[in-house]
Amino acid sequence: MEQDPAQQGEQEGRPLATNATIDAIVAGVLLVIGLVVMYEARRLGASWTTDGPGSGYFPFYIALIICIGSVGILYQSLFSKSRDTGVFVDSVQLKRVASVLLPSCLYAAVIMVLGLYLASAIFIALFMIVLGKYPVAKSIMLGVVINALFFLMFEVWFKVPLFKGAWDPLGFLGY
Amino acid sequence: MDELGALLQGFAVVLTPMNIVLMFVGIILGVLIGVLPGLGGANGVAILLPLTFTMSPTSAIVMLSCIYWGALFGGAITSILFNIPGEPWSVATTFDGYPMAQKGHAGEALTAAFTSSFIGAFVAVLMITFLAPLVAKFALKFGAPEFFAVYLLTFCSFVGMGKGSPFKILVSMAIGFALAAVGMDTVTGQLRLTFGQVELMRGFDFLIAVIGLFGIGEILLSMEEGLQFSGKTARLNAKVVWETWKKLPKYWVTSVRSSLVGMWMGITPGGATPASFMSYGLAKKMSRTGDKFGTGEIEGVIAPETAAHAAGTSALLPMLALGIPGSPTAAVLLGGLLIWGLQPGPLLFVEQKDFVWGLIASMYLGNVVGLIVVLSTVPLFASILRVPFSIIAPVIIVICAIGAYTVHNAMLDIWFMLGFGLVGYVFKKLDYPLAPLVLALVLGDKAEDSFRQAMLVSQGEVSIMWANPLVGSITTLALLMLCWPLISKAIAKLRPPKAKDFPEEQPVD
Repeated sequence: MEQDPAQQGEQEGRPLATNATIDAIVAGVLLVIGLVVMYEARRLGASWTTDGPGSGYFPFYIALIICIGSVGILYQSLFSKSRDTGVFVDSVQLKRVASVLLPSCLYAAVIMVLGLYLASAIFIALFMIVLGKYPVAKSIMLGVVINALFFLMFEVWFKVPLFKGAWDPLGFLGY
Repeated sequence: MDELGALLQGFAVVLTPMNIVLMFVGIILGVLIGVLPGLGGANGVAILLPLTFTMSPTSAIVMLSCIYWGALFGGAITSILFNIPGEPWSVATTFDGYPMAQKGHAGEALTAAFTSSFIGAFVAVLMITFLAPLVAKFALKFGAPEFFAVYLLTFCSFVGMGKGSPFKILVSMAIGFALAAVGMDTVTGQLRLTFGQVELMRGFDFLIAVIGLFGIGEILLSMEEGLQFSGKTARLNAKVVWETWKKLPKYWVTSVRSSLVGMWMGITPGGATPASFMSYGLAKKMSRTGDKFGTGEIEGVIAPETAAHAAGTSALLPMLALGIPGSPTAAVLLGGLLIWGLQPGPLLFVEQKDFVWGLIASMYLGNVVGLIVVLSTVPLFASILRVPFSIIAPVIIVICAIGAYTVHNAMLDIWFMLGFGLVGYVFKKLDYPLAPLVLALVLGDKAEDSFRQAMLVSQGEVSIMWANPLVGSITTLALLMLCWPLISKAIAKLRPPKAKDFPEEQPVD
């Protein structure tokens, strides 16, 4: 079942994995999660205690369902005749997805330092410059305008304070 | 006619100038959400939920339910003009809506879609008005075993009525329950599944899950396609609207049938998406011009839109009367009720009369407002779709991040949201249904509580689930639903299978 990417050519959009492969991997991960939850539930007390069912009683059976289900999916994806051999993702698609997902992770990290508004303005501007190939000035302007709108909407109109990080230039206004 | 009096009372509660402004704001935000890819009814309402924390519960629910109606309306715009379903339930609308737009009848298609949406929702609200109090009255007699049986039925129907692998539905549901178990155990106070992490004590909030699974997941999926919009333009003027309205009464049979299908699928947790497909399929089979479906028949727009709205509205009935939402969006609304300190369920009709009837009254008004707004602003919303994806995508991610952060003012939630986004992307590609996961996450604690209470009463005897005819029949029905994939396989072996109408049909509401 394992597909070696090296066997494929280097051309654009080569398939990286079939649906069945990913299905099996996901089912494997779910099986592990199920087993961990089961173990943890047993530790908490999955049986009948003096005053009723223990804390782990319900999670234990839930974990059992996860395990049974994932074994079923694993079986279907590995041995079933009708398993889905369609392409799960090809290299171009993976690159596109990564080009959104990785900057988003970076964005989340930057929020922790700069706060939501500033990080969001930078994120939108950079996204437009790098992925959208927009002129720098236009991108920065749009990033700032959109976040100014968010600021008005959350802080001023609906009075919901957002995280502003270490640097809060408008702090003196009470926001 | 207690209901009518209560309803009039509700109108009196809702009809304040402030609430009407909120209604318009809600509808416009909702249509915006429905039009934008990556933002849908469920995560849109989840993101905007924190905006309502400072409002009174009635104003808040008025705005949130209007966002919901707006999202239902908005999905049709993208389907018809751009052939891109903005929402899963408007996939069936593209079949005939887009061909109509290609032929230059976009205005007619839009008018038909909006009007039939309105009719579907209206019929469903009528049904809620008269049925919900009865259901609630009936449910007042429920004890813990009965409630657990209803929960069981809800989740088993996902397995019984869902398309795709029953294993995946089961697993997706169980993951939801497992995530719900994380954190403080409400009965014993023990910490569960936190693995020593203090941050996990709070557990996983389903709003974060909804924003991640539906919002970020959807963005990743759209990004994969390298989305290009190429839309038709539509001009909606009073003449087109009037001409179309004159044609619509001819299709009253389709409207009635679709409303019934929608209401049934909405009350049972089938959801709006399967309802729209089913209704389209039925209309195709029963219409005299059925063979022309797919080439731009107005009936092919009416059927799915009526059903989707009827289902989307009916999903609020079990949420209000039993505290069991029929769809992820209803689940988010339920989460909102809990945040405002209202306990959804049969007692809501007794203790919070003003609120309940205010909500039902706002459904009537919201739909009227929605119809007016969408008919008059289509060109505006269509132009939003011409904004390139490289601007829309980061803005939506930012909105999702803000939404996730505001739920608990916790940074960790943004990371969880990204994690859920990745899970949502992979699960969607592998056909794991997301609705059972979300509903299980919402109902996990309550289902577990009622299960434990039932077990306490019976001292661990499972036979309490058949202790009286009521609970027994619900439980039996639930188990029947659970085994339905096996039963239908057995039936299929005995009879030759029918040809499938819609291979892409999936319950991904």
